[in-house]
Amino acid sequence: MGEVLFEEAVPGGATWSHVVKRGTALRLTDVNGGANAGAIFYNAANFSERFNLPDTLKAQHIARLTEGFVLYSDMGRILCSVTRDTLGWHDPLGGCANRALVAEKYGEGNYQTLHNGCYKDALTSFLLEIAKYGMSPRDMCAVVNFFSKVAVDEAGAMSFVSGHSKAGSAVELRAEMNTLVVVNTCQHPLDPNPVYDPKPVRLAVIKAPPAAYDDPCRLSRAENGRGFTLTERYFL
Amino acid sequence: MSPLYETTVLAGEPWIYEVRKGQFLRIVDVEGNQAADTLFFNAHDYEDRYSAQDTIRAQANIYLTTGTRLISSRGNTLLTIVADTCGRHDTLGGACAMESNMVRYQIEKRYMHACRQSFLKAAIEWDRGLGKRDITHNINFFMNVPVTPDGRLTFEDGVSGPGKYVELRADMDVLAVISNCPQLNNPCNAYHPTPIHVSIREAAG
Repeated sequence: MGEVLFEEAVPGGATWSHVVKRGTALRLTDVNGGANAGAIFYNAANFSERFNLPDTLKAQHIARLTEGFVLYSDMGRILCSVTRDTLGWHDPLGGCANRALVAEKYGEGNYQTLHNGCYKDALTSFLLEIAKYGMSPRDMCAVVNFFSKVAVDEAGAMSFVSGHSKAGSAVELRAEMNTLVVVNTCQHPLDPNPVYDPKPVRLAVIKAPPAAYDDPCRLSRAENGRGFTLTERYFL
Repeated sequence: MSPLYETTVLAGEPWIYEVRKGQFLRIVDVEGNQAADTLFFNAHDYEDRYSAQDTIRAQANIYLTTGTRLISSRGNTLLTIVADTCGRHDTLGGACAMESNMVRYQIEKRYMHACRQSFLKAAIEWDRGLGKRDITHNINFFMNVPVTPDGRLTFEDGVSGPGKYVELRADMDVLAVISNCPQLNNPCNAYHPTPIHVSIREAAG
């Protein structure tokens, strides 16, 4: 377990961002159970390089994320590796809700009435946060929903698995590049709960040594070995 | 009805064209099991573009077929699939790139042609501000990429065949960008990429 450099308590429905540096990792913990932590990823040195969902799925032949898998950028490099996971399944398919979907599901919840408990949607929240880094809606990329599971049946039908994440579930993302990570804690767009009730997530930035030659993420597939090689060359 | 426009797109070539609201776009897999990697944009606002995650979430199904509404990043319906003789199309596998080929196959594969080269070439030649930031997660018409219940992504033999086609109605003015996939490293097209035929009509069929 790496030394904790700092921690952050993110309430439900909120957004956080940070450039997670090489040599550190981001630990996400579901505080009460039932959380959803949507996340998007960019190379902090060049925002046009960003998380690429299809490249991540097809390089590893996966439709879920857990320990041993990595998140690829569109440039053949690894932004983050999933180095620890107590849960076993995080959703890369469901995306995020927009304002219309949140209004349709939960009704109106404005600031005048609810103050900081007002209803937020993940898409608007992500766009607002990346705007602080000079990015526009053109720069929005695919979302990974940590702590959520969407099952896919043989006919392709997607169904949200309620009660998937228990209190204390934790996942660690080791930065293989200096990676801008934006986290939003709105509910999953396929969560059937009719009540607006986003759950808190605790974040910790921890020290993490670079991937060794026998690192499980590096060795998990030949593709990932090449991904690490290309990422390491980027810093030479 | 005779088409307003038609063309054959050879493997490894991009195609970029505006389809007006109410027109029908047909893409034909001429020889079978060819991937037509496709992006769509609102013709009047390129920030408003096809979103794979929004499209599959809106219908709660990962496969695209007749009845699928192609949803944009702003939640608009860009086009609707109105006919499909193939049966299912993929939107999770994305487009090949020089960079992803290095990861997937061999670092030495870097110099082989790839879809995202074609997308970028089309974007640059279009010369209206489209660029790499707009090359998002596409549709692979005619590709079969099932997800298993245990969360694996598999690349299965094609469900397409010679002459199978998909037809889409434009629900708003859209810009269509296709890369007819040049991939030579993947058995999905029997290592043999082939032409597609594209046509636009005023009415279905």
